Amino acid sequence: MSTQIQEQESEQEEQQQGESVPAQQQRRMDQKRERAADEERQRERVESSLDDEDTRTLKVFRYDPEVEGKKDPRFDEFVVPFRKGMTVLDALMWARDHYDSSLTFRHSCRQAICGSDALFVNGSQRLGCKTQLADLQNPVRIEPLPHQEVVKDLVVDMQHFYDQMDAVQPYFNDDDVPDGLEEQRQTRENREKIKMSTRCIWCGACMSSCNIAAGDNEYLGPAAINKAYRFAMDDREGEAMKQERLEILEQENGVWRCQTQFSCTEVCPKDIPLTDHIQELKREAVKNNLKFW
Amino acid sequence: MSQSYDRGLVEDFGRWRDFSAGMWAWVFHKFTGWVLIGYLFTHIAVLSTAIPAAGGDPSIYTNTLQGLEDLLVVRFLEVGLLAVAVFHILNGIRLLFVDLGVGLTAQDKSFYASLVLTGAIVVASIPTFLVGQL
Repeated sequence: MSTQIQEQESEQEEQQQGESVPAQQQRRMDQKRERAADEERQRERVESSLDDEDTRTLKVFRYDPEVEGKKDPRFDEFVVPFRKGMTVLDALMWARDHYDSSLTFRHSCRQAICGSDALFVNGSQRLGCKTQLADLQNPVRIEPLPHQEVVKDLVVDMQHFYDQMDAVQPYFNDDDVPDGLEEQRQTRENREKIKMSTRCIWCGACMSSCNIAAGDNEYLGPAAINKAYRFAMDDREGEAMKQERLEILEQENGVWRCQTQFSCTEVCPKDIPLTDHIQELKREAVKNNLKFW
Repeated sequence: MSQSYDRGLVEDFGRWRDFSAGMWAWVFHKFTGWVLIGYLFTHIAVLSTAIPAAGGDPSIYTNTLQGLEDLLVVRFLEVGLLAVAVFHILNGIRLLFVDLGVGLTAQDKSFYASLVLTGAIVVASIPTFLVGQL
């Protein structure tokens, strides 16, 4: 889908010198009204051209704290043409290109690997690029992720999520690499064990779906714990680092905050069994502290 | 940084229609847990004031219990108590398996199973609880 639209914009007239201030003001107001009317005509033209097509209606959350008149959250409706295989992201891009270029949302790869476009679609956290419009009930309601601050329209502030991800130190320790080694091998079995946990794309859908993370901002959250699992369960991680990682997870706001609601597992676009991993780390934490032998 | 705004209940329990099995299991488990705690204290309060040790004669206990059982609403509350307790037990067993990491992919089915089983047990108990009242 092209992101470029040809628009018939009238050339701006040259600013006339020596014009009086009220006249300038008047001219600006006129231009503004003209633009608004233009937009309205454009909207009507697009919508009437869709009359004999299969369409879907998007109800998109709009909010812009920096523009007067857009500070109050509202929903805009966009009618978009439907074609087979169309995703929510495709529809949003079509709406942005044809109706309102100020519609803001994050997207990048369009193939469910960059993790930019996690949205709240019809009451559930989904990746826009991975969700087929055909699978959704019409009208499709698109909102920014809950439990995160909205920056503008569908864009949320992800900083807290990234902070939590960093908190579990998601990397190997240099000290763990044996000397004089050209490659550090992992067994096939171990690779299989951590396979699902490596698939995380940092989209934040799990964190947004988690009721516990919403109420308790200190909770690491499913994504960060999954990240810790990916390293703690890896054979190549050294004993000291694993111990350090488990100590982070064992804390009050670590694994024990999970109350197995399965919301995260339910919404994960990469099908990571998050609850499974959190539960296994709980057992690891217990084993780490209770030693009867 | 943006201004945060209040999306209200929309973010949590306002979305109850979209809750999935695991979420409902959690909600019901919390609810039944609190009901059971409430019942426990009521239970202790009623019994401890009705026993002879509380200063009355031995017939007080019998009279209290018979008086309560004569009320239709108490019979229904007993059915409710059974429902709450059975669900809490069954879901507790489900959570035990979840904690052990057994059958996590079937967690929704085990929740539905505990609901159905609770229903069946409650229905089967109705003759016992309501006999002599209806």
